[in-house]
Amino acid sequence: MAGTAVLRRLTWAVAEVVDRIGETPRVLSLTCDVPDWPGHLPGQHIDVRLSAEDGYQAQRSYSISTPADGTRLTITVERLDDGEVSPYLTDVLEVGDRIELRGPIGGYFVWEPSRGGPLLLVAGGSGIAPLMAMLRARLQAGSDVPVRMLLSWRSGEDIIYADELDAIARDATGVEVTHTFTRSAPDGWTGRTGRLDRAALASLAWTPSERPLAYVCGPTGLVEAVASALVELGHDPARVLTERFGPTGG
Amino acid sequence: MTDATHVDGNALGGLLMEVFGREMTDAHGCCASCGKVHPLGAMRVYRSAGDVMRCPTCGNVTIVTVVIRERTRVHLGGVRWIEPLA
Repeated sequence: MAGTAVLRRLTWAVAEVVDRIGETPRVLSLTCDVPDWPGHLPGQHIDVRLSAEDGYQAQRSYSISTPADGTRLTITVERLDDGEVSPYLTDVLEVGDRIELRGPIGGYFVWEPSRGGPLLLVAGGSGIAPLMAMLRARLQAGSDVPVRMLLSWRSGEDIIYADELDAIARDATGVEVTHTFTRSAPDGWTGRTGRLDRAALASLAWTPSERPLAYVCGPTGLVEAVASALVELGHDPARVLTERFGPTGG
Repeated sequence: MTDATHVDGNALGGLLMEVFGREMTDAHGCCASCGKVHPLGAMRVYRSAGDVMRCPTCGNVTIVTVVIRERTRVHLGGVRWIEPLA
């Protein structure tokens, strides 16, 4: 992968929060300005570190949801009620506050237009974050790589980047976005409901002969199910890349 | 090995970069038990007081990382070799 093999010390930087966007009742996008940020690739993540006065530190990883943009990057954070870090990021941090972070990290779960496609992007909930960086980069670059994005949400109010996704689905050439709802669909919804199981993937994903490059991100259960189903359907395991959150999610 | 608690090797990218001084999630590792080669980012990681990386093919423990008071130790007992991308 070009650009990822550079020797570089990974050091903690102090970033300033420059924007907060409420995406859903539980999800917030935080844009940070990081002095000397070297840039990043879609799919990469950062580590965020919080320090208490007594020296206790808590650290979490968050995917970057925006393509490279100078010294700026955006992470999309889901509030976990019993979380140690996410409630601080979503409820306490304000524009102008500073946080410690390091990155960019990751050379495996990354995509850039030169890697080609067709692209299959599958996410559960806030697993969409790194895939959104890929989709935004593809649009920004004017790339013609065909994209199918399959998104699984619990309910209509959980959709992250809803307006942007609607606009992309309506206006972008070669990009198809499919939503499915596993608990309750929005009123009047006539589209898909239920999990992204093998039958759903057989009809929505590319065929194995089209050799898609698949990126699957979300809670571990969803990623396990989708990745196994894709391989069972005949997709090349080496072209099914995964990013699992663990049991609860981001 | 198919429970819903693990994450991917990608989650250790920051710690491994700190130790090795370069991106390691795209480095390849050969499982000392089954011999299969995977990118470290595709290994399974079980997080606890330390992080345990396992081969996604056979479940063998490949790499264990432990951080105690700013010191980081990486156990490499379960890999035959690791090879960063050129």
